[in-house]
Amino acid sequence: MHSRKPFYIFVVLLFIAGISASIYRGIEHNVPFLPGEQVQSWAIDAKVSFNGTNQPAEVNFSLPNDPAFDILVENASSSGYGLNISADTDNRRAVWSIREASGPQALYYRVTLVPTGKLNIETDEEPLTPEPYLWPATEKSAADQIIEEVWIRSATNLSFAQQLMNLINDNDQSQNMALLLSANTSTNLFVHMLHSKGVPARIINGLQLEDQRRRQQLTSYVQIYNDGEWILFDVPNNKKGRDNTLVLWEYSGHSVLDVMGGTNSLVNFSMLKDTRSALATSIDMMMNDDAWDFSLYQLPLEEQSTFKGILLIPIGVLVVVFLRVIVGIKTSGTFMPVLIAMAFIQTTLLTGLIGFLLIIACGLMIRSYLSTLNLLLISRISAVIIVVIFIIGLFTLISFKLGLNEGLTVTFFPMIILAWTIERMSILWEEEGPKKVFVSGGGSLFVATLAYLAMDNQIVQYWVFNFLGIHLVILALVLVMGQYTGYRLTELKRFKPLVGEQ
Amino acid sequence: MEYAWPWELSRSGVLNMNRRNISYIGRYNQRKFYKRVDDKLITKQLALANGIAVPDLIGVVHQQHKIQEIPAMVLDRSGFVIKPAKGSGGKGIMVITRVSNGCYYKSNGHEVTHSEIYRHVSNILSGLFSLGGKPDVAIVEGLIEFDPVFEGLSYEGVPDIRLIVFKGFPVMGMLRLSTSASDGKANLHQGAVGVGLDIATGNSLHAVQFDLPVDKHPDTHFPLSDITVPHWETLLHTASSAYEMCELGYLGTDMVLDKNKGPLLLELNARPGLTIQIANGRGMLPRLKHVEAMKSSAMSVEERVAYAKKHFCSNPIF
Repeated sequence: MHSRKPFYIFVVLLFIAGISASIYRGIEHNVPFLPGEQVQSWAIDAKVSFNGTNQPAEVNFSLPNDPAFDILVENASSSGYGLNISADTDNRRAVWSIREASGPQALYYRVTLVPTGKLNIETDEEPLTPEPYLWPATEKSAADQIIEEVWIRSATNLSFAQQLMNLINDNDQSQNMALLLSANTSTNLFVHMLHSKGVPARIINGLQLEDQRRRQQLTSYVQIYNDGEWILFDVPNNKKGRDNTLVLWEYSGHSVLDVMGGTNSLVNFSMLKDTRSALATSIDMMMNDDAWDFSLYQLPLEEQSTFKGILLIPIGVLVVVFLRVIVGIKTSGTFMPVLIAMAFIQTTLLTGLIGFLLIIACGLMIRSYLSTLNLLLISRISAVIIVVIFIIGLFTLISFKLGLNEGLTVTFFPMIILAWTIERMSILWEEEGPKKVFVSGGGSLFVATLAYLAMDNQIVQYWVFNFLGIHLVILALVLVMGQYTGYRLTELKRFKPLVGEQ
Repeated sequence: MEYAWPWELSRSGVLNMNRRNISYIGRYNQRKFYKRVDDKLITKQLALANGIAVPDLIGVVHQQHKIQEIPAMVLDRSGFVIKPAKGSGGKGIMVITRVSNGCYYKSNGHEVTHSEIYRHVSNILSGLFSLGGKPDVAIVEGLIEFDPVFEGLSYEGVPDIRLIVFKGFPVMGMLRLSTSASDGKANLHQGAVGVGLDIATGNSLHAVQFDLPVDKHPDTHFPLSDITVPHWETLLHTASSAYEMCELGYLGTDMVLDKNKGPLLLELNARPGLTIQIANGRGMLPRLKHVEAMKSSAMSVEERVAYAKKHFCSNPIF
């Protein structure tokens, strides 16, 4: 007997591959694990305006590049301008250019952002120790005094910064602080003080997101380097850290907007919050990436819906294998219950069951007449198929006339399956009597119903289509069940008389 | 309690369907030898070549238009059997026990018309009873004149003897008696009575119908506790030599006792059922494992029969 080890390794690999492919899809592609999930997205318009001076103009505008937001769609427009978007990953910029610009000019950049929840800005590069700020003579002693006081009271760069910010925002300010704030903005003062002690800090530009706001400006924030991470300080609001309503528009130390050949340049933002399906969003994302991706979303919609049906079959098959191998229920035909269950999905359960029973019953009556004609098997089966079509047509017409729309779905039953079922049932009836027909047919319908319930589950339908890795897991389960040598549930009853008589 | 725990069954050595399929049929029966048992015509030819007695072959119907020749074939016969060569589970077997004035009668006295025979054979040829619906041929066989030792024991049909042969060793046996419930057929799932037999002696051990113990035949009320199957040695010998003939490791042999010819091999089965364990009142697994564990030095049929008689005997549990 050969070793079973490779088989089990293979099954375990299939299992792991299936699970990890699904988790990867969920986490990396943001495909939600449950159907119907919603995400927020932000549509942001940036309007760059300046006055042309009748000479060539070049507008260099930084584009958002924040790990806390994924870009779903972005486009820039302005008629007459040449546009180039640099692909530099650290410093994405749009450059508009024109030979001659005169009068007021407006350039637009529009982006849709989806929050990712990755709020930390991490870096591998240790920033250089900043040059100490040269205080003007009037401020120097006041600044030095405050810096030294706070420095003594602090332990780390971070606690130093925190205490400085608190002091800047303190309501009873000392005379020293009042003096400094009269000459500097609080943000600038904060950075200067940090630099005086050699703490790496930088001023960055961010956009506070708020639904339906227009004509917003970028706000200055301070980032302080601590242990491989840039931590955000909102000095005017005395706030440390950030939430997911703040987009860091530019944080790599470059300017937000450079305009050559223009005056009075200004950038304004307006924004709109939108709620959309999480799944649709992640599909759009995947399409955006246009990387080589093995997904069914690239198919035309019609093929996609076909696949949604086909991909349910493994679930039905799994149910049938389980019921036959582990439970031990007998069905007539191995996969007939799966096909009936597929039809049930179209017709809904109750209509399907009633329609199926009606068709089989009528079919059996007509088949019993055919059996007296002594036909060859092939022509008899063919006759049954044609009769089944008549019966289906008749039922559809009758239910249409009666206004029962459910009856119309009876056409979804696979005709060959129905005809073959009628033929088998009829032979069974002749050879073993009606009781056997009800037992065997009932078993098939029972299994079909369970398969239907599994396949009709909304979450199952969602998973089999959006997480293809699930099918590897099903394959692994089917293979493992194919190796099951234990007792079936029905055998526990069947062989009960043999217990304890050894 | 109606249900047994799995470990209780396992302790009793009950062979179950999944293990039979994977560990015995899958492992010991090579696919290429299946046609030797699945096609009864090939089985018959092989048996004849190996000197194993089988029922008379009256004729074979290969094509629809040859069906008309059947009356001529059976002209001087008192009865005959029509069966599909590739049928399974006793499906499609028609038994005519009496022919008089060109009319055919089943064992229960019902007349069978020519057109019924025609339709039945036509169904067989179209593959209605064969595995997978493949086209088939119909075999016409002589009726077995069953041994009067079983007189009054079986209802309508012929009692047959099923032996499970594992690697050439007869490991378990039973006598199958048709009942009115089984319509004269010897299939246990249709309601035939199964009587477990002692491998050493051919004596009855235990009997069941529909998986429940019985001690009398439900129709003939014949007591089932003291049956001894005659020609037991020959039956064991025939079953054991079927292993060489078809080269299947796990095999069911079905035999009948003919008044004149003694034991006849009816058919072989590569997937014999598990009810034989219930008929015997014990599990088969210990015996299969015993054979599996044996050092495989080639043994002759006689040696295997003697070994089986010595090791697989058991006490009656009536």
